[in-house]
Amino acid sequence: MSFEQILFYVFSSFLVLSAGAVVTLRNPVHSALALVLAFFNSAALWMMLEAEFLAITLVLVYVGAVMVLFLFVVMMLDINIARMREGFAQLLPIGIVVAVLMFGVMYQVYNGDRFAPGDMPVPTPHAADYENTRELGLQLYTTYVFPFELAAVVLLLAIVAAIALTLRRREGTKYQAPEKQVVTRREDRVRLVKVPSEARK
Amino acid sequence: MDLTLTSFAPAMPEMFLLGMLSLVLVVDLFLTERTRHITYILSLLSLAGTFWLVLDGYPRLPELAFHGSYINDPMAALLKLFMLLAVMVVLVYSKEYIKQRDMYKGEFYLLVLFATLGMLVLASAHTLLTVYMGLELLSLSMYAMVALRRDNVDASEAAMKYFVLGAMASAMLLYGMSLVYGATGTLDFALMGEAAAKLPTNDVTMLFGIIFMLVGVAFKLGAVPFHMWVPDVYHGAPTAVTLFISSAPKLAAFAMLMRIFVDGLGELHQQWQGILIVMALLSFGLGNLVAIAQTNLKRMLAYSGISHIGFLLLGVLSGTSEGYAASLYYAITYVVMSLGGFGMILLLSRAGFEADKLDDLKGLNDRSPWFALMMMMLMFSMAGVPPFLGFWAKLAVIQAAVGVGLVWLAIAAVVFSVVGAFYYLRIIKLMYFDKPESDAPIESSADLRILLSANSLAVVGLGLFPSSLLAICSASIG
Amino acid sequence: MIELLQSLLQWLPESLQVLAIILIKIVVILAPLLVAVAYLTYAERKIIGYMQIRIGPNRVGFFGHSLWGLGQPIADAVKLMFKEIVIPSGADKFLFIVAPMLSMGPALAAWAVIPFGDELILADVNASLLYVLALTSLGVYGVIIAGWASNSKYAFLGAMRSAAQIVSYEIAMGFALVGVLMAAGSINLGEIVQAQSGGFWTWFMVPLAPLFVIYFISGVAETNRAPFDVAEGESEIVAGFHVEYSGITFAVFFLAEYANMILVAMLTALMFMGGWLSPFQGLPVVGDTFLAAPSLIWLLAKASIFLFLFLWFRATFPRYRYDQIMRLGWKVFIPLTIVWLMVVGAVIMAGGIGPWLH
Repeated sequence: MSFEQILFYVFSSFLVLSAGAVVTLRNPVHSALALVLAFFNSAALWMMLEAEFLAITLVLVYVGAVMVLFLFVVMMLDINIARMREGFAQLLPIGIVVAVLMFGVMYQVYNGDRFAPGDMPVPTPHAADYENTRELGLQLYTTYVFPFELAAVVLLLAIVAAIALTLRRREGTKYQAPEKQVVTRREDRVRLVKVPSEARK
Repeated sequence: MDLTLTSFAPAMPEMFLLGMLSLVLVVDLFLTERTRHITYILSLLSLAGTFWLVLDGYPRLPELAFHGSYINDPMAALLKLFMLLAVMVVLVYSKEYIKQRDMYKGEFYLLVLFATLGMLVLASAHTLLTVYMGLELLSLSMYAMVALRRDNVDASEAAMKYFVLGAMASAMLLYGMSLVYGATGTLDFALMGEAAAKLPTNDVTMLFGIIFMLVGVAFKLGAVPFHMWVPDVYHGAPTAVTLFISSAPKLAAFAMLMRIFVDGLGELHQQWQGILIVMALLSFGLGNLVAIAQTNLKRMLAYSGISHIGFLLLGVLSGTSEGYAASLYYAITYVVMSLGGFGMILLLSRAGFEADKLDDLKGLNDRSPWFALMMMMLMFSMAGVPPFLGFWAKLAVIQAAVGVGLVWLAIAAVVFSVVGAFYYLRIIKLMYFDKPESDAPIESSADLRILLSANSLAVVGLGLFPSSLLAICSASIG
Repeated sequence: MIELLQSLLQWLPESLQVLAIILIKIVVILAPLLVAVAYLTYAERKIIGYMQIRIGPNRVGFFGHSLWGLGQPIADAVKLMFKEIVIPSGADKFLFIVAPMLSMGPALAAWAVIPFGDELILADVNASLLYVLALTSLGVYGVIIAGWASNSKYAFLGAMRSAAQIVSYEIAMGFALVGVLMAAGSINLGEIVQAQSGGFWTWFMVPLAPLFVIYFISGVAETNRAPFDVAEGESEIVAGFHVEYSGITFAVFFLAEYANMILVAMLTALMFMGGWLSPFQGLPVVGDTFLAAPSLIWLLAKASIFLFLFLWFRATFPRYRYDQIMRLGWKVFIPLTIVWLMVVGAVIMAGGIGPWLH
C-alpha cells in the first residue's frame, strides 16, 4: 500500500465514521460538529484528487460559514431530544422500507457495468503547474456562464426572500439614534430653573 | 470560446428583465408607502419592455446562445409572450387586494419579477443545468410569495407544505438528472437524444433517471399522485399569490416537460409514455371527482386545475407534433381561464373579506349581472362547453390521443370531463338561481373591472375563432 | 541549508527523511512564532503602559537582574501551566477541553503557506490565499464551542456575538482579498508579492487603498481585538467566551489570539505592502545597495508596524456597540469593497494596476 492509499483509507474511514455519528449522536451540537468533521475529511479526499479549489471552498463556505450558523441555531434552540424521538418506533418500519427501496434502486443503478470501478479511466496526474482554480474559472466563465450567472441570481433572490420574510419593525420598540444623540446641545437638554429660597416656617 | 455580443443577443429579454429587476430593487429602497405605485409601474414597464424584446427577437429558426445553454425557438418565444402577459395581468388584478392585506411592498413585486425571470429561463432552457436553475429561481420565489403574509396561519402552513414538498421534488429531479447525465454523459439536450438512442433498450440507469425526473416535473405541474400540495397551497396562499401560481408557472412547467422529455429524451418516448398515461388518467379522474366535494372556490379551482393538467398531459404523451401543439394550446387556454377564475375572487373580495367560498357567489346575478355573465362564460369554458375556448382545447388534446390509437384514454377523458361539468354548472346555478347572502356592492377599481371583462371576453373571442391560436401553436412546435 | 539537513539525516529510511525535514521546517517556523507571541503580550503591556504614562511590567527578569521586566511572559506562562483547570458543573467536558485546541490549531496551521522570502516557504500551494482564508475562518469554532460547552450565560452570549461578528467580517475580508488576487492575477501569496515589485508606489496599498484599510480593520475584527472585542466585553459579559477557563486552557486561548494577530499583520504586509520587498527598491538614490534588496527583515518590520497598530487601537478606541459593529461590517465595508472591486475590474480592463493606470 502506498502512502497515498493509506491516507485515502484514513480519510475515508473518518468520513464514514463521522457521517454515521451525525445521525446517531444524541446531542444535536455534537451531531453538527461531527458534520464539520465529515466536511473536513471529504475536503481532504478532494484535495487528494487534485481538486484543491473545491476542497478549500468546501472548508471555507461550509465549515467556515454555513456550519457556524447551523451551530448558532442548534445551540440557541435547545432542542428537546426526547420529544423528537417519540414517533421513532412507529415510523421505523416505514423508514426501513424506504431505506431498503433506496438501497435497491442504488444497487440496480450502480451495479451495472457503467459505474464499475474497472470501467472508469484512471485519471492522469497533472503537471505541477496545473492550477485547478484557473481551469474551473475558465470553464465557469465561458461554457457555463449562463447557469453560473443564474446561480448568482438565485442567491440574490434568496437574500430578498429572507429579508422579506423576517425583517419586521415591531410596534413600540425603541431605537437609539446615535447621530441625533451626538448633535444634541446643552440647550436641548438642560433647563435652568431658578428656585427662590424660602424662609423656614 | 467566442464571447462576442452576438452570442448573447438571443437572451436579450432575460438580461433586460434582470437589469430592470435590479433597478426596481434599488429604487424601491427609497420609496415610502405613499409612493409605492412607482414600484408597481416600474414592474409593469419592465414586463412590457421584456414583452417587446421577445416580440422583436421572435425567431424563425432556433437560435442557440451561451454555448448551447440557451435556446430561442418559436415555442420559447410564444410561451414567453403568454407568460409575460399573464404576469402583467396578475399584477393589475392583485394591486387592490395586496394593498388591503398589508402586502403592498416592494418585495411582492420583486418576487414576481424573479419568478418571471425563472419562467423565461425555463422556457429557453437547453441543458439540464439551465432547467434546474430556472426551476429553482421560480420555485424559491413562489415559496416566499406564499409565505409573505406571515401573520396568517393558513398562509404559513401552506408555505411550509409547499416548501418541504417542493424541495423534495427538486431533489428527486436533481437525482434523476444526475442519473441521466451518468448514462448519457451530457447535459446538453441536443446531444442527449443521440446519446440516449445509442443506449440499450430499458437501460436501468436511464430508466430510473427518467422516473425520478418525471416525479419532479409532475410535482411542479401538480399531476396526480404528486398533487397533494396543490389544494392546500391554493387555499392557504393569499388569493393574489394563488392567482399567480395558477397561471404563468403552469406554462413554465409545461415548457420544462417539453424541454426535458421532448427536446432531450424524445427518442425514449416509449419509456416515458406509459407513466404519463397513468398520471393523465389519475389527474383528470381524481381532480374532477374530488372537485365536486369542495365548498371552497379556491380549493375547487385547485382540483379543477389538477384535472386540466391531466388533459394537458394527454397531448404530450401522444408524442406527435400535433399532440405537442395541442398541449401548448391547452396550457395557454388554461392560463387564460385560470386568470379569469381567480380574478373573479379578487374582484369580489374586499378589505377583511375573502370571497373564496362557493356561497359567496350566491345570487351574483342580482348584485352584478355583468360579472355574473363573465363568470358564467369562464365556467362554461372550463367545463369545455362549445363554442368557448376550453372546448377547442379539450378537443385538440383528445384528437391527439385518438391520433396515436389511445382511444380508451380519450373516452375516459370525455367521461371525466362530463363529470367535471357538474361542479362548474353548480356555480352557474348558485349565481343565477340562489338568493345573495349579502348585498355589499362590489368595490374594486376600474382597471381590474375592465381587464377582467376583457379576460373573460377573450375566452369567448378566442373560442369563436379557435383556429388562429391553434395555428400559431402548431407553427411554433414545428 | 536543506542539503546540510539531508546529509545529516542520511541514516533515516528514504520516506522518513522527507517527513523529518518537513517536521524540522515546522519547528523552525513555530518556535520563533511562539516566542514572538509571548513577547507580543509583553510588548502590549509595555506599549499601552507608556501610552497611559505608566511603566508596565518591569520587575521579573533573569538571574537577579530585572532587565525591564523581560522575564514577565515566561513567568506568566509558568504560572498558568501549573494552575488548576476548573471544569464548571454541567459543562460538556470533552468539548470544554477541546475548544482551546480548536482555536489554536487553525491559527498555527495557516502558517504553513506563509512565504518568508522567494524560496522560504513550508508548502508552496497554488491556492495559498484561499487556504489562509479558509483556515482563518475556522478559528471561530474554538470560540463558539467554548461558549457553549462552558454552560454559562456570559460565555454563551460572548460566543454568539463572536460567531455573528466573524461570519460578517469574513465577507468583507474575502472581498478585499478578491481585489488583491485580481490585481496580482494569482492566488499564490508568493506571486502576489512578486506582482508588487517595483517600488513602494507599486505596492497594492496604493491602488487598492480602500481594500487595504478594510482588510486590516476586518482583520482586527476577526481576531476579536479592541475595539471589536464585544465577544469578551469585560464590562458587559465579564470576559465572554473564556470566562470559565483557567490555567493552561485559558493560556491557549490567549496564545491563539496573539498568533492570529501576528498572522493578520503578516498577511497584510504580504498582500498590501510588498512582503519582503524593500521600500527603497527602484529609488535612484539607493541604487543597487543592500537597502534595495528584498529580505526577511523588511517583512518582519512591516508586520511589526501592523502589530503596533493593533496595540495602538486597543489603547485608543472605546469598544464598539454590537449593532454598530454589524452596521459597519454590512452597510459600510461590504458595499465599499464591492464598489472598489468594480473600479479594480475597470482599471484592469483598461490595462492598468501595474504602475496604476497606463
